[in-house]
Amino acid sequence: MSIEAKPEQAETADTRHPAAQRLDAALPGALHRTLEQRGQTVLVVDRERIRDVLASLRDDPALRFGMLADLTAVDYLGMDREPRFNVVYNLLSFANNNRVTVKVEVPEGDEVVPSVTPDWPTANWLEREVFDMMGIRFSGHPDLRRILMPHDWQTNPQRKDVPLGEEPVAFSDNVPPNEPA
Amino acid sequence: MAMTEVQDQLEGNVGIGDLAPRVRQDTMLINMGPQHPSTHGVLRLQLELDGETVVKCTPHIGYVHTGIEKTIENRTWQQAVTCTDRMDYLCPLINNLGYALAVEKLLGCEIPPRAQVARVILSELTRLASHLVWLGTHAIDLGAMSVFLYCFREREGIMDLFDLTTGQRMMTSYIRVGGLALDLHPDFPERTAQFCRAFPAHIDEYEALLTNNEIWQERTQGVGVITKEQAIALGVTGPSLRATGFEWDLRKQQPYTGFEQYDFVVPTRTAGDCYARYQVRIQEMRESVKIIEQALSKLPGGPFRTSDRRVALPPRMEINTSMESLIHHFKLVTEGVRVPAGEVYVAVESPRGELGFYVVSDGTNHPYRCHVREPSFVNLQALPPMMEGRLIADAVACIGSLDPVIGGTDR
Repeated sequence: MSIEAKPEQAETADTRHPAAQRLDAALPGALHRTLEQRGQTVLVVDRERIRDVLASLRDDPALRFGMLADLTAVDYLGMDREPRFNVVYNLLSFANNNRVTVKVEVPEGDEVVPSVTPDWPTANWLEREVFDMMGIRFSGHPDLRRILMPHDWQTNPQRKDVPLGEEPVAFSDNVPPNEPA
Repeated sequence: MAMTEVQDQLEGNVGIGDLAPRVRQDTMLINMGPQHPSTHGVLRLQLELDGETVVKCTPHIGYVHTGIEKTIENRTWQQAVTCTDRMDYLCPLINNLGYALAVEKLLGCEIPPRAQVARVILSELTRLASHLVWLGTHAIDLGAMSVFLYCFREREGIMDLFDLTTGQRMMTSYIRVGGLALDLHPDFPERTAQFCRAFPAHIDEYEALLTNNEIWQERTQGVGVITKEQAIALGVTGPSLRATGFEWDLRKQQPYTGFEQYDFVVPTRTAGDCYARYQVRIQEMRESVKIIEQALSKLPGGPFRTSDRRVALPPRMEINTSMESLIHHFKLVTEGVRVPAGEVYVAVESPRGELGFYVVSDGTNHPYRCHVREPSFVNLQALPPMMEGRLIADAVACIGSLDPVIGGTDR
């Protein structure tokens, strides 16, 4: 008895994560691609439809990703990778006891992502943290302001082009010697 | 100065111009914290009061933000362990563990059984130490001074155990990528067993002081109620979620480092108030003692670090005889571990809930990005719904029962 699948079956069978299959069926075109690595699934989806995507993953009776466990962003500056930013959503399903990562890609110069706070109250502070640290704005957020840094801070510290903070120490090599009057 | 001017000034102080129109003229704005002993760190709450009732609560955090995520990006993979200690300073070993598990998942390396069991013992001891600080400070906030003294007496015992085996009381950095920093101290199992034999009687002492204490019950029962649905929507995890009647503990549901081998119960309560959270944590301490005792009874011998050469240094004998081993040793020491490119999200159950590490590697010797999903940060969002509509006197009970660690929220 052969354990090899027949070629025609292998072509039709969708081996992707159920979340990817259900999402493709519910919102055609929203899912750009699926990445599988180290046993974890990453769904890269359309930025403008992120609210629909997360709501669909939550409300689908077969998936029921009931909690937004984490929301963060990554800056891929200088990594030969376009677009520059990713906003990363980590969903947890209590019913199926599994997780899925959803990502949207955000280009430099247009750092706006629809806020998911109206659907997920927990996203409120998490989006504020991304806004504060990465400078990505969330349209439709009820209270978008800095959360960790002082409100008059100028930079977005977690961006890769912001250097690690340090205070220069006055020393003979960086302070000009006093000129005699 | 007219009251409205004072309010305007208060508003101006915090730079929340958008909120100004919502401030009512017949209410009073008061500022609680950041230097307030019951905020467990430097948490600042802006409370809008109508008489003694809290109409609106706006938490302000960030006073001890130290840029730990940014710092981690500028350290090697093993150096970054030291940064994780300093986030949630009440559970350093669980932070170490979460980070190490994430990096090990990226590496795909196996951890020897002795290190796995030691990690379980240490993370449960950390949970006990953290819950003891919570219980002591929560009780002292509500006026029960003596509980604080008893709790810190036992916590000192746990700190001594950490000191014995890790060399540090708090900033342990003991659980490293690939195993442990050092082998357990030879006296550690026996002294931990002694502690575990004595500790349940101490929990009885705390309970004798509080559980049926009428004042304690009056201060906590029916106070700071959140429902299960609210808790899930707000991302609340840990004892605060279990106190709403939802049995969800990552040690049970998504076991890591061998937690599936231990027999323990996940305590839950249904009331969702401060008293329920108190009961859940007290029960959790009893369960943690059970886990530690089981782990001690099966603590195997053998190596305490992985033999995976991407992480482990070659043994001395090999360096003496092989040039390649010497070069490998030199590269590992000077450059550090290289982790294959990829990204993972790994979560562990900290005393406060789901502690998640989202780690991105670009294949070099330092993390490209490390985001920490701190349970204190997320749980703190539940504070306004708990407090609004309740008396200001209950604010302290609500904060204490959520058990936020501001070092964790701010990172």
